[in-house]
Amino acid sequence: MTTITDPPQGAFRLSMLLNDTRYRSYTFQFIALVALIAAFAFLGSNLFSNLAAAGLNISYQFLGSPAGYDINQTLVEYTSQSTNARAALVGVLNTMLVAFLACVTATIFGVIAGVLRLSNNWLVSKLMSFYVEIFRNIPVLIWIIIIFTIMIAVLPGPRAFRGDEPEASMVLNAIAFTNRGVYIPAPVWGPGSMVVVITFLLSIMGVFAYRRYATKLLYDTGRLLPMGWPSLAIFFVPTLLVYFIMGMPVGLEYPELKGFNFAGGIKVGGPLIALWFALSIYTGAFIAENVRAGIQAISKGQTEAAGALGLRSGRIMNLVVLPQALRVIIPPLISQYLNITKNSSLAIAVGYADITATLGGITLNQTGRAIECVLLLMLFYLTISLCISAIMNVYNNSVKLKER
Amino acid sequence: MSDTSANSVAFVRTETVPPSPPPFSTTGPVKWAKDNLFSTPFYSVLTVAAVYFIYLILAGTLPWILAGVWTTSSLAECREVLEGVSGACFSVLTERWNQLLFVFKYPVDQYWRPSLAFIVFFAAAAPVLFYKLPRKLLIITALFPFVAYYLIWGGTIWTPILAMAGVVAGYVVYSRLVAGSFAAGFFGGIAAAIVVWTIGGWIIPDNANEGAWLAAVPSRDLGGFMLNMMLGVTCVSLSVPLGIALALGRQSDMPLIKWICVIFIEFIRGVPLITLLFVASVMLAYFFPPGTTTDLFLRVVIMITMFSAAYIAEVIRGGLAALPRGQYEAADSLGLDYAQAMRLIILPLSLKISFPVIVNVAVGLFKDTTLVSVISMFDLLGMIRGPILASTEWNGVYWELLGFAALLFFVVCYGISQYSQWLERQLATDHR
Repeated sequence: MTTITDPPQGAFRLSMLLNDTRYRSYTFQFIALVALIAAFAFLGSNLFSNLAAAGLNISYQFLGSPAGYDINQTLVEYTSQSTNARAALVGVLNTMLVAFLACVTATIFGVIAGVLRLSNNWLVSKLMSFYVEIFRNIPVLIWIIIIFTIMIAVLPGPRAFRGDEPEASMVLNAIAFTNRGVYIPAPVWGPGSMVVVITFLLSIMGVFAYRRYATKLLYDTGRLLPMGWPSLAIFFVPTLLVYFIMGMPVGLEYPELKGFNFAGGIKVGGPLIALWFALSIYTGAFIAENVRAGIQAISKGQTEAAGALGLRSGRIMNLVVLPQALRVIIPPLISQYLNITKNSSLAIAVGYADITATLGGITLNQTGRAIECVLLLMLFYLTISLCISAIMNVYNNSVKLKER
Repeated sequence: MSDTSANSVAFVRTETVPPSPPPFSTTGPVKWAKDNLFSTPFYSVLTVAAVYFIYLILAGTLPWILAGVWTTSSLAECREVLEGVSGACFSVLTERWNQLLFVFKYPVDQYWRPSLAFIVFFAAAAPVLFYKLPRKLLIITALFPFVAYYLIWGGTIWTPILAMAGVVAGYVVYSRLVAGSFAAGFFGGIAAAIVVWTIGGWIIPDNANEGAWLAAVPSRDLGGFMLNMMLGVTCVSLSVPLGIALALGRQSDMPLIKWICVIFIEFIRGVPLITLLFVASVMLAYFFPPGTTTDLFLRVVIMITMFSAAYIAEVIRGGLAALPRGQYEAADSLGLDYAQAMRLIILPLSLKISFPVIVNVAVGLFKDTTLVSVISMFDLLGMIRGPILASTEWNGVYWELLGFAALLFFVVCYGISQYSQWLERQLATDHR
């Protein structure tokens, strides 16, 4: 907001550095630069003298030395003899895993709650606004701890599944909810299962190809092909056919009670479930508000105009309301995904081995390399945030109203 | 005509039929239920499911709450009283209320001090939140930080008085010089305050805390919900001015200042609060001059303030961007310089737009203060997970304690968010 004045004539004088708007900004920036350098020099000299006094130095050697602790939930191979860098990698993957799962379920919860909150059903819409207010106004850490407490204090131990008349039983004989975690069946990939998987992927592509062809046909000739049942058929039929032709190569390994604990199947630890569920239900409340705001932002005239053109209500939603509402919904949705990723660092409170708990928790405490660990931790989260912001910018530019 | 009809038609009604009541199904509660609960088959199913869900929740919790025990001194006694009936053991709240609310190791005979500070807090917050109250009440707000500091931490009374003297000196110098130029007033005020504090620091003797009226309480003895409140209030009030400065810096024409602000804001917003708290607990001490020891409370306040300042700066930037360009141009055409234009026109208008959002950020920040329990500070949640659940008397009382914490946060946060919506309606002066 520089003031526009007639440029004064005459030679440069020293006082113009303060009084002339053309030069004043250079003065201010110079002062800011000097202050910044001075502050960094002050902090840096403090840091080095403090480190020297404590006999420490900045070094990342510890990443290559054995970590010496166990992690109960890992996606890659890991033993206590693996390096600290490997432990950090396990943490990174665990963070990504819980963030991805929570993003998917939070979106589902949020969209359902947001749409139902706008419904004409008084009871359901009140129930949904109750859900939104309850979950938005209580800290997520309390939710994580509450759900974790349910996992460890309410669910039965594996012992309860034993005996002729067990106190607890498995859901559908396949899923066991115990206080040590949830056991789910694991897929067994027999010979020839690759063919089934490839067929499945091809049929997904086939669905998209069919829908694109139908749309093109509609635009070119006006002929309307059915969309619903052919898509379903392309999705299921080839895969099932190949599955049975190959002799059912993909099986399920069910968890079974062996001794004092379950064996077989996949164990999903209590901390992961608590974090996943708490994050998705907490963030779902925020997403519900975004969805509601997005749908309400579309003026009623749009719906009425589409109805006047003779569109059916499903098509009004798909072709008129949703494309416009998504423009409003998606940017805050992506920043909620960012929040989920950042809030997943609360894993440390329930002992889920994400990056904060491995690199910023146990590794930091065992090696004492506080500065290095915290810096690496910040770098990781910063990278994720910047990537998500970049995606958001690309999206925003692509859906921006093209005004001419 | 009248005889014709009298003779040819058997019966003619001479008076109008009284309106019959509408059918039973189109009035009153039945119609309401039909419209709002059972309008389509799908909605009917939803309604039944919702009713069943509410019944499940109530059937699960109500008997448990109503059978609650309030007067025992340990969980084992609770179980004896309940005799196998499912019921809550609220005695933990009545027995440990002091730890939950404000105290970690606070001296028992001094409980009145944080309580009084809490009451004064309402008097101080009222004129800020409700702009229709007389403006003179802002004096209480201005005095509150010093009074609250003295009440909670105690020690020599000269510390808050000196701090206040510095602020007063700064304000006097500022109001003298601001007529000439804002920059001179601003920096002159800061310089005057620093001079007073430095001189005062020499005058106050090192052992001034001994024999003070109110015994000094170290920060590590504070805890419970009071710690959440203190962190929330302190950090929000400190971060608003910092956030304004960052937002203005981000809008600046000067590239260097703009980039400093952009990098700061994006860095802070890109990392989780918990990593900043790690910085406070394990790293920040390395950046202070050698030989000084700083309080963990102070270090946490510094980091949370930086955190919320970055978020508030983005909110204020939104407010600045929402302002019509004409306001800036009008200020320029009146011949106001940058400081005057900002102080008199731009900031008042844009803060009015962004204030309700700032309140929402403050709610989020207040909820985030529970994270300090991760770096082993004993706030409400840290207190529950640490000393109370670990004690032999109360090991296993999860739901009463967590429910209490959730209720406390819900009341405060819901109250503030309702306030923010009310304020938004009050401030909506444009006729759109």
